[in-house]
Amino acid sequence: MLNNYNSMAQPLWQNGPTPGAFYNFTGGQQQTQKLPKELTAAGPFGTKRSTSSITTGSSVLGIRYDGGVMIAADTLVSYGSLARYQNILRVFPINNNIILGGGGDFADIQSIKRTIDQKMIEDQCYADGITMKPKALSSWLTRVLYNRRSRMNPLYIDVVVGGIEQDGTPYLANVDLRGRAYEDYVVATGFARHLALPLVRERKPKDREFTAEEASELIRKCMEVLYYRDTRNMAQYTVGVCNASGTTIDGPCKVSENWTFAATIKGY
Amino acid sequence: MFRNQYDSDVTVWSPQGRLHQVEYAMEAVKLGTATVGLKNRDFAVLVALSKPSSELSASQRKIIPIDDHLGISIAGITADARVISRYLRSECLSYKHSYGSTYPVSRLITNLGNKMQTTTQRYDRRPYGVGLLVGGYDEKGPHIYQVTPSATFYNCKANSIGSRSQSARTYLERNLDTFLNCSNDEIICHGISAIHGSLPTDEMQSRNESASQLNITIAIVGKNQPFKILSEKETQIYLTMASEKGAPPANQPYDDDESTSQAGPSTSGPRDPIVAVATEE
Repeated sequence: MLNNYNSMAQPLWQNGPTPGAFYNFTGGQQQTQKLPKELTAAGPFGTKRSTSSITTGSSVLGIRYDGGVMIAADTLVSYGSLARYQNILRVFPINNNIILGGGGDFADIQSIKRTIDQKMIEDQCYADGITMKPKALSSWLTRVLYNRRSRMNPLYIDVVVGGIEQDGTPYLANVDLRGRAYEDYVVATGFARHLALPLVRERKPKDREFTAEEASELIRKCMEVLYYRDTRNMAQYTVGVCNASGTTIDGPCKVSENWTFAATIKGY
Repeated sequence: MFRNQYDSDVTVWSPQGRLHQVEYAMEAVKLGTATVGLKNRDFAVLVALSKPSSELSASQRKIIPIDDHLGISIAGITADARVISRYLRSECLSYKHSYGSTYPVSRLITNLGNKMQTTTQRYDRRPYGVGLLVGGYDEKGPHIYQVTPSATFYNCKANSIGSRSQSARTYLERNLDTFLNCSNDEIICHGISAIHGSLPTDEMQSRNESASQLNITIAIVGKNQPFKILSEKETQIYLTMASEKGAPPANQPYDDDESTSQAGPSTSGPRDPIVAVATEE
C-alpha cells in the first residue's frame, strides 16, 4: 500500500477464520489481533480519529447515458468557507473502464484514490487482461467505508463511481461515508443532490436513456446552476467521460457567467 | 526405504539438481483414480472415475465444487485435496464478499500455486500429495487448469491426471481439434470416452458386457451454467450416449505412467514400497 495509513490492514471479520488462511502448525497460534491504531494510540495533539471533514470538495454529479457515463465536479477544494485551493481535479480516471468523482474531505479522497491506484497496479501486474469493473469497485468501496465507520473512524467522503461493465453496459453508483450505496441513471453528492438531481430527473425520457449530447448539456446546465446557488462552488469544473472507447477527463470548463441580473436584486 | 541419500528432506537437492521429495509427491497423483478435464467454446467439463476403495465402502468424492463458477477434480491424497478446497472456497467467498463478483480463475490458480510452492521450500512442510484439474468459467471463458504437487500449474485445453491417465491423454490429444466446436453433449461424451481408457484391465473387459456400468462423476460449468455435478440419472444418460457414439479408444496396451517419467540415475534404484493408505481415489 502506498498510503502510510493503511486502512485495509485490519481484517474485515473477527472471531472467525481468516479468509483463505491455513492452519499454521509451526507458527503456533495466530498473531494476536491488535486493536486498530486509532483506538489505542493518541496522535501528537491527542486526536485519535477525525470527527469532521476539514478541506472539503463540494458537489459531484454523475449522469449515465446510453453509451457510457459522465461525472462532473468543480475544481474547488475549500477550507471551511475559504475557497482555499481553486485548481484541484476531483474527477479521476481509474482505469480504462472506470471513472471516480470524489466529494467530502479531500485528504480522505486522496487516501482512497491512492489505495485504488495501487489495486490497479496490482491488476496490471497479473498481466492477464482482467481489469477491475465499476460494479466491483463500488462493492469494494462499500466494504471499506462500512468497515471504517464500524471502527468509529469513517473516511469523510462521498464518491461517485461510474464506468462500463464487462458486457458494455454503463454503470453509475454512489457510495457514501457509511458505506451506503445505490445506483441510478443520475447520482449526486453534496448540494448537487438538492439542486441538480431534480433538474436531471425532470428531463429524463421515460422510454429511453439519455443520449451523450443530452447528458453533456445537462451537466453544463447543472454546473451553472450549482455555481450560482451553491456558495462552496466555483465557475471551473472538469467532466470525466467513460464510454466504449475508454476514459477521458475533459476540461477544465468554465461556467458562462452572467451577472447582469445582479443589479436588479434588492433586499440583501 | 529411501531411494537414495538425497531424498531425506524436501529441501535437499540432489547433485543432478532435483528435489526428490517433490518428485515423490508427484507420484502420489498417479495413485489416485483417473480424472479428465476438457472444454469447448463456452463450457468446461470434468469427468472422474470414482472406484470404491473396497466392496464395502462407497467411493470417495472425486469432484469438489468450490464456487458457482468453479470446481476441482482430484487425484491423489483426498485429505490434502480437502485442505486445498477449503482454501479455494474461502478465497472465492472472500472475493465475492469484497467485489460482488466471481474470482477470475487464472488469478485464483496463480495464488494457489504461490501457496502450494511454499510447502516445497521449507523443511517443516511437505508438498501436497494431490493433483488437481480445475474447471472454471469467468469473463475470459471456460478454463481447465492442472495443478501439480510441485505447485506448477498449466492452463490446458484438455488434460487427464491419475492412474493410467496416459491413455486418456492419448485420446484427448487425438481429438483435441474437435473439442472447441463440440456441443455440450459431445464434449461430455468425449470426456467419458477418454476416461474409458483409464479403466483397470479387468473392468475394461467387463465393460463390453455392461457398457454403461461405469462408476463415474461428471461436472460441467460454463456460460449461464453454474458449476453442477450431474445426477446419477443424467450421468447414466451420458454413459449410454457415449457408448452409442462408440469410438472408445483403440484397445492398445497402456502406456504405463512409469514409462513416461524421465529415466534418470535415481529411478534405477530400488522402488518405493507402494503405499496403500489414503491414496486411492
